[in-house]
Amino acid sequence: MNVREIEASAIADAVEKLVIDANYYLPEDVKDALKKMREEEESDLCRQILGDILKNADIARERQQPICQDTGLAVFFVELGQDVHIVGGDFRTAMDEGVARGYTKGYLRKSSQDHVLGERVNRGDNTPAIIHTDLVPGDKLTITVCPKGGGSENMSALGMLTPSQGRDGVKKFIVDTVSRAGSNPCPPIIVGCAAGGTTEEVMLLAKKALCRKVGEPNPDPEVAQMEREILEEINKLGIGAQGFGGTKTALAVHMLTHPVHLASLPVGVNIQCHVARHRTIVL
Amino acid sequence: MTDKVIHLPLTDEMIQDLHAGDRVLLNGIIYTGRDEAHLYLCRMLDKGEELPIEIRGAVIYYVGPCPAKPGQAIGSAGPTTSGRMDAYAPRLMDIGLKGMIGKGLRKPAVVESMKKNICVYFASIGGAGALLSESIKEAEVVAFPELGAEAIYRLRVENFPCTVVIDCYGKDLYKEGRAKYEVK
Repeated sequence: MNVREIEASAIADAVEKLVIDANYYLPEDVKDALKKMREEEESDLCRQILGDILKNADIARERQQPICQDTGLAVFFVELGQDVHIVGGDFRTAMDEGVARGYTKGYLRKSSQDHVLGERVNRGDNTPAIIHTDLVPGDKLTITVCPKGGGSENMSALGMLTPSQGRDGVKKFIVDTVSRAGSNPCPPIIVGCAAGGTTEEVMLLAKKALCRKVGEPNPDPEVAQMEREILEEINKLGIGAQGFGGTKTALAVHMLTHPVHLASLPVGVNIQCHVARHRTIVL
Repeated sequence: MTDKVIHLPLTDEMIQDLHAGDRVLLNGIIYTGRDEAHLYLCRMLDKGEELPIEIRGAVIYYVGPCPAKPGQAIGSAGPTTSGRMDAYAPRLMDIGLKGMIGKGLRKPAVVESMKKNICVYFASIGGAGALLSESIKEAEVVAFPELGAEAIYRLRVENFPCTVVIDCYGKDLYKEGRAKYEVK
């Protein structure tokens, strides 16, 4: 078995470019979903808003500037091949260096603050990266960035339901969370959600679900059916683009499930605004 | 639907002519301010100090812009969630604030203060920061530079697009729009 070496500096360079590109270029799948929604929406005002949102993505691309001023905290999902050996520095430092350089050189907003319990001070470089790492077979390093803005993240929710609340309880919790959020998370939204596992696992899965291509169903037909039902319920809420009232509120519902303790039914919801940024690089 | 062109500053008569759901284009001077700037302003009021901006007649835009690239007046600059400023907004309206630009729900106390003080709440499109920055022609930090993106900027805007979400009569587009399309 061969161990493949990856230089820490190559990771920092890749991350620098990744965070800039993710913030400038709205993924095509998101644009396609927005276009489809604009065709189907019944409210004139919301159709106009959706048109402006699409125009915004084009302006950001052409002018090489952030799609949204909230360029988020830099959240990463990393798959580290177990045959990779990182040399010339450590992984954490390389990731943070890439974030700091990317957010500075790309004229991205630095939103990360210190002293969470007192007088807040902006760290000035948007570090630290928030990194979720899976150790996987192989000799590749796959890095996905999902910059997450505060407005939509603030609308997240964790529910510790009881098993007797079952499928209907899960659905109600998710739809109620979206209903309460209303106009706050900048609809149209993508709803990342998960059921099962433990408190921390279910919240992580809810966010991970957002990395999927927009509207691609969960491969498990039972979960995919649930996604369709929740999407339908959410669109019945009438929130509409920006909360101005319309027939379309969510671009998609992405759900993941996990085996669960016999006493528990955790549900996690992570709402993503229409600026659904995600970008991957494989080293 | 034609957009109403507004030349700032706002007068009571102009505000009384604005209704929830109206699309408007703002022209003139507005100030930025979000969480920390509001906290700082209210602390200055507590101490009886003079504020660094003229609140009387002012419009505050809840935004923390991206840094400007060379040659730009400002980086991307879309609205942040207004609800976080609800704790401060009535106090500023009591001393003359006339307009707020942001996105998202407001507390009943804010709406009551808007009715009492004749004030209007606009929404600009959340997540359209690049598009909105095109309407911002000049930007200058006028207070709390140490706050970086959260400093108070004086902006000169041209045809800055907004929608009236809550008018001075308390009519709320978020409520009415949703009720119109909600399927029970």
